[in-house]
Amino acid sequence: MTDRVAIVIVSHSPDVARGAAAMVRQMVGREVRVAHCGGNPEGGLGTNVAAIKHCIEQVYGPKGVAVLVDLGGAETNSEMAIEMLPKEWQANIVVCSAPVVEGAVMAATEAAGGSSLAKVRATAEEMFR
Amino acid sequence: MSSNPGTSMPAETTLLVASLIDAGTAAIRANADALGELDRAIGDGDHGVNMVRGFSAIAEAREAIRALPLSSALEEMGKLLVMNVGGASGPLYGSLLLAMGRAAAGGNASAGKMLEEGIAAVKKRGRSDRGEKTMLDVLIPVQLALAQACAEGVAVRDAIERVKRAAREGLESTRPLLATKGRASYLRERSIGHLDPGACSSSLLVHAACDAFLESTKP
Repeated sequence: MTDRVAIVIVSHSPDVARGAAAMVRQMVGREVRVAHCGGNPEGGLGTNVAAIKHCIEQVYGPKGVAVLVDLGGAETNSEMAIEMLPKEWQANIVVCSAPVVEGAVMAATEAAGGSSLAKVRATAEEMFR
Repeated sequence: MSSNPGTSMPAETTLLVASLIDAGTAAIRANADALGELDRAIGDGDHGVNMVRGFSAIAEAREAIRALPLSSALEEMGKLLVMNVGGASGPLYGSLLLAMGRAAAGGNASAGKMLEEGIAAVKKRGRSDRGEKTMLDVLIPVQLALAQACAEGVAVRDAIERVKRAAREGLESTRPLLATKGRASYLRERSIGHLDPGACSSSLLVHAACDAFLESTKP
């Protein structure tokens, strides 16, 4: 499984994050490592840097991690979380500019075939240009 | 936390840091509803509660933070905002304070220089600049007013008055602007005519920092 790009799903809503992760698993089973988080540090709508960082740490592997986010704060907080991780990981983690649910499913499907991080990102992003 | 037992900070530094924490926390708490109201108009309505969560974390760590040198104190406050706010303002204010702290590390950076570094970090984090209806519409004019006052060598009280005025005018300048960043940008033209909540919290914090500075220099 670590020879596949991993997926991290970050939403303002814990329910959206959980639901999107469930849809991804339905598509790709356990072939691709998926982690998800949603909600602010108190569990309300929002995003949480510590939780995002923890998600990335859980699934990180040599092929890298594609992060799917919903709205602005999720992106800003994900970028902050990535900067808090080891330098040598950072080039290997990307935030995709794609809708969180569709993007996560597309990215995971591409990742399941063993594609590179660049290809996984491009697949998630290109459909929604 | 990189606390430094054994070395005690100069009294004026711990007083300034404690005053900054108290004034910032009080300003955010007193205006939480107003910030939420502004954010409900053009965003998701959580700016007030998010900022309260961040500043409450700082207030809780007040005693540990005030024992630190100014640079580490600012960095620690920045980290607490990053980890506790839960919205984009966490990384934005966090980056501001982290960069200001780093700039202060040498010990002889001016407040103007620190703010300049902090603003550069906010611009980078938000991929934004002045005129986009954000906190930068307050911070940048504040920094320019401070630099101008320092260049002219005006008295501290006058410099503070100029900085406060720049913050108020900067906040008001966001009203006619079209938002192109953050959730307000989804409203397009409907974002026009509202004050930006991030600019409002920035103005509040600038005023609080000015008052804290005066408080800490009282004879």
